[in-house]
Amino acid sequence: MNTSLILLILAIIGIAGYVAGARYAMALVGGISSKLHSRPGYYGSFVAVWAILPAVVILFVWLVASPMFISSSVRGAFPEEVKTQSQAEQGLSYGMITSIARGMNALTGDEIARIENNPVELRAALGAKGVPLAGDPQPFMVKAAAELNRMTFVSRILMTILVLGASIGGALFAYRQIAPRFRARNRVEKVILGSLVVASSIAILTTVGIVASMLTEAAHFFTAIPAWEFFFGTVWDPRFAAAGSGGSEGQFGLIPLLLGTLYIGFVAMLFAVPIGLFSAIYMSEYASPKVRSVAKPLLEVLAGIPTIVYGFFALTTVGPFLRDISSQLNGLVTGDYANFIQAQSVLTAGFVMGIMLIPYVSSLSDDIITAVPRALRDGSLGLGATRSETIKKVVLPAALPGIVGALLMTASRAVGETMIVVLAAGVAARLQINPFEPMTTVTVKIVNQLTGDLEFTSPQTLVAFALGITLFAITLCLNIYALYIVRKYREQYE
Amino acid sequence: MTDVVSPAAGIPKAKSVRRDIGIKRRYAAERRFRAYGIAALSFGIIFLMLLLWSVVSKGYTAFQQTMITMPVEFSQQIIDPQNERATNPQKLMTANYPVVARNALAKLLNVSVDDRVAARAVSQMLSDGVRVQLRDLVVANPAIIGTTQTVRLLASGDIDSAYKGQIDLNVGQENRKINDQQLGWMTQLSDSGALAKHFNSGIFVNGASSRPEAAGVGVALIGSFYMMLIVLVLALPIGVAASIYLEEFAPKNKFTDLIEVNINNLAAVPSIVYGLLGLAVFVNFMGLPRSASFVGGLVLTLMTLPTIIIATRAALKAVPPSIRAAALGLGASKMQTIFHHVLPLAMPGILTGTIIGLAHALGETAPLLLIGMVAFVANYPTTPLDPSTALPVQIYMWANEAERAFVERTSGAIIILLLFLILMNVGAILLRRRFERRW
Amino acid sequence: MNMMSESAVEKALDQKMSDASHKMIGKDVSVYYGEKRALFDVNLNVRENTVTALIGPSGCGKSTFLRCLNRMNDTIENCRVTGKITLDTDDIYDNNIDVVELRARVGMVFQKPNPFPKTIYENISYGPRIHGLSKNKADMDQIVEASLQRAGLWGEVKDRLHESGTGLSGGQQQRLCIARAIAVSPEVILMDEPCSALDPIATAKVEELIHELRANYTIVIVTHSMQQAARVSQRTAMFHLGQLVEENDTDKMFTNPDDQRTQDYIMGRFG
Repeated sequence: MNTSLILLILAIIGIAGYVAGARYAMALVGGISSKLHSRPGYYGSFVAVWAILPAVVILFVWLVASPMFISSSVRGAFPEEVKTQSQAEQGLSYGMITSIARGMNALTGDEIARIENNPVELRAALGAKGVPLAGDPQPFMVKAAAELNRMTFVSRILMTILVLGASIGGALFAYRQIAPRFRARNRVEKVILGSLVVASSIAILTTVGIVASMLTEAAHFFTAIPAWEFFFGTVWDPRFAAAGSGGSEGQFGLIPLLLGTLYIGFVAMLFAVPIGLFSAIYMSEYASPKVRSVAKPLLEVLAGIPTIVYGFFALTTVGPFLRDISSQLNGLVTGDYANFIQAQSVLTAGFVMGIMLIPYVSSLSDDIITAVPRALRDGSLGLGATRSETIKKVVLPAALPGIVGALLMTASRAVGETMIVVLAAGVAARLQINPFEPMTTVTVKIVNQLTGDLEFTSPQTLVAFALGITLFAITLCLNIYALYIVRKYREQYE
Repeated sequence: MTDVVSPAAGIPKAKSVRRDIGIKRRYAAERRFRAYGIAALSFGIIFLMLLLWSVVSKGYTAFQQTMITMPVEFSQQIIDPQNERATNPQKLMTANYPVVARNALAKLLNVSVDDRVAARAVSQMLSDGVRVQLRDLVVANPAIIGTTQTVRLLASGDIDSAYKGQIDLNVGQENRKINDQQLGWMTQLSDSGALAKHFNSGIFVNGASSRPEAAGVGVALIGSFYMMLIVLVLALPIGVAASIYLEEFAPKNKFTDLIEVNINNLAAVPSIVYGLLGLAVFVNFMGLPRSASFVGGLVLTLMTLPTIIIATRAALKAVPPSIRAAALGLGASKMQTIFHHVLPLAMPGILTGTIIGLAHALGETAPLLLIGMVAFVANYPTTPLDPSTALPVQIYMWANEAERAFVERTSGAIIILLLFLILMNVGAILLRRRFERRW
Repeated sequence: MNMMSESAVEKALDQKMSDASHKMIGKDVSVYYGEKRALFDVNLNVRENTVTALIGPSGCGKSTFLRCLNRMNDTIENCRVTGKITLDTDDIYDNNIDVVELRARVGMVFQKPNPFPKTIYENISYGPRIHGLSKNKADMDQIVEASLQRAGLWGEVKDRLHESGTGLSGGQQQRLCIARAIAVSPEVILMDEPCSALDPIATAKVEELIHELRANYTIVIVTHSMQQAARVSQRTAMFHLGQLVEENDTDKMFTNPDDQRTQDYIMGRFG
């Protein structure tokens, strides 16, 4: 029985349990619901919860655990010479076995019997059924595949019995507890509260998932490439090599990528900070409500535009424009119409990213600036200070910690931004300081290493996770510190 | 009596005469400061306009496509010379339809198909997509074989660009993709009314194609739709449940503090990190298929959750405590109070936050690249587990194509994406206006 | 000042007050917040070197009137002032009058102490610095010391001039704000319920300070405490529902007011 059918049956049992529970509770008190502790629906829900929840938990655990168990016992039965091979090759063998097993399900009993005597025919036989095999199967694989199919079959049956049994048992157990003074509502509410707790722990699980998954994959990477070569290496040259071919390893130096990231982020902040800050000041301190009601949403539109659109803008408009204008300038000055700004460059990416960041800076610092109490402004204006003097000498200094926090958050966005740099910064990992030349970033390289065919064993792929954990660590530090500063700042004025 | 109150040393005596407090200089500074503000604000808005203008001006032409309407002879000779279609239906799928189209166009232009160079030039004027167009016609109705029908066929991408005036015709013909002869034919066809621009429904329904004139965002739209559905179904209930717990039930302790910081941080984690998470956990560990919109939906759900939680908590916080007190005072349990009173009142705020989170998820590209949504998918996915792509990923793939006609397609796809985003945001604004409550 | 006895100073001042010129004159002053009218044709004169107290129940318009005197109402959106207010001979709502200049002449102390989150020294020197009132560092030091002296705060803070002003106690903060206002050498000081956020001891100190400042400055104070008005002021104006009910010598006001409503208010019948 397949999983969705089981789920459907569970749902039916649950609904039946609900109806039965509610009816039974009403029957117990002769139809006078006020004699019940809870509304009849709660008794029904109580039965339904018992019918569904334990069964679903069992189902889920079984679905996760049984493939692992089967896989390890099949691998455990590998012949000794296979076991001595590398993890990667064992993985390939196991993949082959699963495809054979899938194909054998499509074969008739006769055909299977024939193949077990003569494994060489297998590839052709399966190919005819639309299951291609990567290579010629070895004899042990057919046996293993048969074993795999048998175990999967048994596991399915066991699971079905267990899950449905749990469901019916749970429903009966709950049904028998129903009594007029039974506190069904409190029990049901406990279950709801429990599910609320589970829902809020998903946030924690996500973080744990991010850290754990990236750390394990990065740890694999560091077994192939020493950590210090990664963190302090100045050359990025991961030669793509097919899995298992054992070709040259390539060099995985983080430094050029990190510097590229920081450089582009710095250029972006150079544009975004003054523009965003001045916009925020103008909107919060000068603009009339009318101007504000138009300008603020317009700037927010800038924040709502997907970054891929900015990337495209950089690629097709800003980059060529900067290139052409540089060639014109060069021509005017030296007579040589060679462009000194590349279309893909630190400047292009940084400039467009800067535009993208303007609304972040402005809306974050707008919030911060308006949080400065009116009393301080009045104090300064009351002394005869002009508006700009008040802003420069009283408001901004008072808001400074908050603004620093806002800028740190913006910086973390700049570091983690992907699509703009993928399209506008270039892919060459170079250590240089000319803003008119292309450089590349951590995020670009994560995308580069992970698009296309993946082999989860080669350092060329795994390095993406090492890059990812680095990126995560950097943004985490920036964010936590910024959140801390902003929180402190807000408390000060509350 | 004036000497009674001598001013203290150091403080200039207050006089009625005007003191010089540098008014002129200070007001000049004031004006400068203000001008900086206006300049900064205008800079941001001008670039918004520039960006939109650059996309729209490049992309609006993508919604029209140059097509050639002409009589096509479905010659038995070419399609099915051995008359074997009754026994071998596969024959109709593989027939040489481009030749059918070429012959029809050559006839229209009075070009002999025996002149190989001219024939080649003629066939270059038609899109490779005519193969599928004609095939679909024939397969749907094999009876048209042997007859002549008037059919509207796609012109090639280069003719399309030239007809839309996107190709610089001052360049010598050896340096452009369309030669003077073809250009002459194009004018001839256009004058006779055979060649014209028509509304391009293909961009909405077609799947991936290596020929720009036949490429569309159909598959991407379906993929994005599946993902949005998954995000909505998962992120909204989970997000609301989490917020209710955190806002109404959670005790104030180290653990809930941790969750709080954690959620704020997750909202700021770079999206690409979610892609890595999805690749490692959903694809590699759980064995879900790559390129599937289901996985994309899961990744986007995790990414959108913090946004929804933050918005929902704000909405819950805005419901005044007096409502809670009133319900509790009537003997409702805390759970009933929240689900019967607080949640319905907070719903507009929650939905607004959700729509904005969804809009964000719709435009997200980077995490989808990592879970393999960069795929050439020509057929519609039937379930969320089938290979698919997404609107922003389609834009990314087209942006990497070199051909001029793809720039137009890319901009067109961006316009479609932006329209969806505008629709969602306007919806959110209307919702907020409609249900805005002042306590 | 110390050459004369206390009572002699008082007497001299009172003498001066009675024939004092009107420092500020308000004529038919009305204030609107958007559509809502908050003040109705108020005619009130402020005498030089006098403490004028504005009293009345909350929401009566006394603070609104005070904020008109140095155009702090300009900072509130939708606020409109009609009528005429003069400082000496200048119409302060005239287009030729500059708000910045006006506020340098008419200083203000607010309800809640609002020291800038800077050092005590910077708080005091802020006004003179923006107005360019000191030529050099020594000059500034002198202004700071003199202002703090006048505000009676010097003794308490002279050793920690470079610590944050927000670290002082509430009463000290308010006196710091008064010192900050004095440092600009205004002609008039407006005080908007300066003691409402302070404890009784701090209040007593501030009241004492106001009493002394009267010698050099014209002071207008808004207060909700009639006792305070009686203690610190020479003239009192009573506001009710946006209208000026009565303006009189403080002594007369609290013993034998002309208007029945004043009587009722003072007796505590409403408020």
